[in-house]
Amino acid sequence: MRDRIRRIIGLAVKERRQLFRDPRTRPLIFISPIIQLLLFGYAVNTDVNRAATFVVDLDGSAESRQLVEAFTSAGYFEIAGRSDRPADMTTALDRGRAIAGLEIPSGFAEDLSSGRGAVVQFLTDGSNSNTATIVQAYAGQIVRRFARERAVRSTQAGVPAGIELRSRAWFNPDLSSRVYNVPAVIGTLLLLMCLLLTAMAVVREREVGTLEQLLVSPLSPSELMMGKTLPVFGVALFDLALITTVAILWFEVPLRGSLIDLLIAALIFIFAGLALGLLISTISKTQQEAFMSIFLLFFPMLILSGLLLPVQTMPELFQWLTIANPLRHFLDIVRAIFIKGAGLGVLWPSYAALFVLAALILMSAIWRFRRSLA
Amino acid sequence: MRLSARRLLAVARKEALQLRRDPRSLALAFLLPIFQLTFFGYAITLDVDDIPLAVLDQDRTAQSRRLIEGLAATGYFHVAETLESYRQVDELLTRGAVTAALSIPPGFAADLAAGRPAAVQLAVDGSDANTATIALGYADAIVARHSTDIVLRGLEVVPPADVEPRVWYNPTLESRNMVVPGLIAVIMSIIAALLTALTIAREWERGTMEQLVSTPVHRLEVVLGKLLPYVVIGVIDVAVILSAGLLIFGVPFRGNVFLLAVLTLLFLVGALGLGIFISATLRSQVLATQAAMIATYLPAVLLSGFLFDLASMPIVIRLVSYVVPARYYITITRGILLKGAGVDVLWAQAVAMAIFAFVGLGLATRNFRKAVA
Repeated sequence: MRDRIRRIIGLAVKERRQLFRDPRTRPLIFISPIIQLLLFGYAVNTDVNRAATFVVDLDGSAESRQLVEAFTSAGYFEIAGRSDRPADMTTALDRGRAIAGLEIPSGFAEDLSSGRGAVVQFLTDGSNSNTATIVQAYAGQIVRRFARERAVRSTQAGVPAGIELRSRAWFNPDLSSRVYNVPAVIGTLLLLMCLLLTAMAVVREREVGTLEQLLVSPLSPSELMMGKTLPVFGVALFDLALITTVAILWFEVPLRGSLIDLLIAALIFIFAGLALGLLISTISKTQQEAFMSIFLLFFPMLILSGLLLPVQTMPELFQWLTIANPLRHFLDIVRAIFIKGAGLGVLWPSYAALFVLAALILMSAIWRFRRSLA
Repeated sequence: MRLSARRLLAVARKEALQLRRDPRSLALAFLLPIFQLTFFGYAITLDVDDIPLAVLDQDRTAQSRRLIEGLAATGYFHVAETLESYRQVDELLTRGAVTAALSIPPGFAADLAAGRPAAVQLAVDGSDANTATIALGYADAIVARHSTDIVLRGLEVVPPADVEPRVWYNPTLESRNMVVPGLIAVIMSIIAALLTALTIAREWERGTMEQLVSTPVHRLEVVLGKLLPYVVIGVIDVAVILSAGLLIFGVPFRGNVFLLAVLTLLFLVGALGLGIFISATLRSQVLATQAAMIATYLPAVLLSGFLFDLASMPIVIRLVSYVVPARYYITITRGILLKGAGVDVLWAQAVAMAIFAFVGLGLATRNFRKAVA
C-alpha cells in the first residue's frame, strides 16, 4: 500500500513538473479563468437599455412631447435622431443607427382629447428578435401608462383605482445578470481544464512513445490513472478557489449557500471531468485527435447546459438530452447555492444525477483505460 | 523570389491530403456546424413563455379568478401550483418548481368595487435576470390591461392612446431569423481558429514546419497554401448553413449573394490568419486551442451582438467590442439576409473586413518569419 502511494505520488510529481515546465502554462491556468469571468460578468447581459430610438413627431404638440419624454425618462430608450420625415426613420433603421422608431401622427393631441383614441406607431428592428421583443414590451408599457394617467386625469374625482401589481424579484432584487452568469463560469472552466489537461497528459506520452516506458515500470493502470490526474485535480481546485474568490470579492456575487455543499458538488463534477478526459484519451492516438474530440464533446455540452439559454425554453427533445449532461446538473447546483442559498436538502436530485453520471463515466473510463493499455 | 502558384498549390494539396486522412478534423469542420445550427435553429427562443406560476388566492371571488384566468389565458403563464399559505412560496421558488408566484390578498374584490387600489403581489425568481425581467414585464402588461379594462368600464370611455407595434425585417420576431445569420459568424470563428490552431500548432510541435520552411517555398506561399483548404472548408460550411437556413428554417435572403460571398471570404481569411498567427506564436496545441477559444470563439458569441445587446453593456466592454471582427461580420450577414442592405449601407463593415483580412494575413506571415529565424 505504501509503495502504491509512493509510486502514484512519484508520477504525480513528474506530471506536475511536465505541466509547468512550459512557462506559458501558468498564465493559461491563471489568465483564462479571469478573461472568462470578465466576459461573463460584464458582457453576458440580456437586459436592454439605452435602445437607440428614432423619433418622428408629426404632431409637435405638448402632448406628443410629453409622450417622447415618457419614453426617454425611463432609461430604456435613448433618442438616436429626430426628424419630421418618416423616410429618415427608414434610413436610420436600415443602417442600424437606430433599432427602434416612434412615429407620432399629426392630430395626436386632438385625438387624445376628443376621446377618439390616438394611435402611435412603434417600429422595431426585428433582426435581433430578443432585443426587439423586450423593447416592444417596454414601449407598450410606457404608452399604456401614459394613456392611463391621461384617462384618470381627464375624468373628475371618484375614479376607481384599479389593480396595482406589486412585484418583487426574489434572491436577486436588482435583477442583475451577473449573479446568474458568473458562478456558471466555474462549471465551464473546470470542465475544459479537466478535459484538456487530462487528455493531454496521457495522449502526449502515447504520441511520443513514452507511455510504453511507463507501462513496463511497476506502475499499475490504476496507479497510472491516479498519478496522471492528480496534478490536474490540483489545478482544478486552484481554479475553483480563484473563480469563487473573484466572483465574491470583485463581482460581489453573494454566496448564500454553504461552501461545503459547493465543494462537494465541485468534487463530483471534477471527477466526472477527469474521467471524461481519460475516456477521450483512450480513443485518441494523437493530441490533435484528442483535442478535436474534446471540442466535439465540449460545445454540445456547453449548449445543452443552460449556460446561456435556460433549459426550460428548449424544445423537449433537447431538454431530455440535458439530463445526460453533468454540466447541466452542476450549473443548476452552483447557481442555486450561490443565488438562493439552497443546500443538499433541496438540491439532492441534482446531486444524485451528477453523482450517477460521474460514476458511469468513471467506470467506463477505467474499463476503457485498462483495455487501451493492454 | 517571385510567388509561384505551383508551389502554393503544392502546399495546399499536402495540407488537404493531411486533412482528408484525419476524420476527426473533418467531423469538427462539418458536424459541429450542423449540430450548432440544429440546436440554435430549433432551440434558441429567447422568448419566454409558459412560465410556471404558483397562485395563492386568498380572496376567492369572481374578480380574483378572472385575474388569474387573464394571466393564464395569454399563454405566458400557466398555473402550476395552487397554494394554501404564503410560506409555500419560499420553498417552491428555492426548489425552482415555479418561476413566479402570485398572491391575491383577501378583500381584493371588495377594494376594487369600492374604488380603492387593490394590490396583488407577484414574487419572481430573480436568479435568471433575463427570464425574471420578461416574466415581470408580461405580468405588468397583463395586469395593467386587466386593470385598465375594469377602470375604463366604470368610466365608459375608450383608452385615450394606444400603441401600434410594427416589426421590420423580421415581422414575426422569429428567433431563427436572428440566429442563423449570427451563427454563420460564430461557426466561422470556431472553425477557423480551432482547425488552424490544431493542425498548424502540431506541425510546429513536431518540427515538420521547420522542414517545410527549409524547402524553397516563400513564407507567403506557405501561409496562403495552408489557408486554402480551410477557406474551402469554411466556404462549404457557410453554404451548408445558408442553404439549411433558407430551406429548412425559412430565413429570408433579401440582399446580394455576391456581396455576401466577397465579405465572407475576407472574414475567413482574417480569421484563419489569426489562427495561424496564434499557432505560430504559441507552437503548442494545448495553448493554441485555449488562446483560440479566448481570442475568437468567446468574443464572437458574447461581444458581437449575436445574442446579447451591445448597447446595454458597460462602456469598457462596448469599446472592446469594436475590435471584434465578428461584430462587423454579423452586421453584414444580418444586413444582407434580413434587410437586403447593399454596399451603400454596409461600406464601413466592408472596410472593416478588408482591414481584418489584411491584418490577419500580415500577422500570420510576419510571425512565420520571426518564428523560423
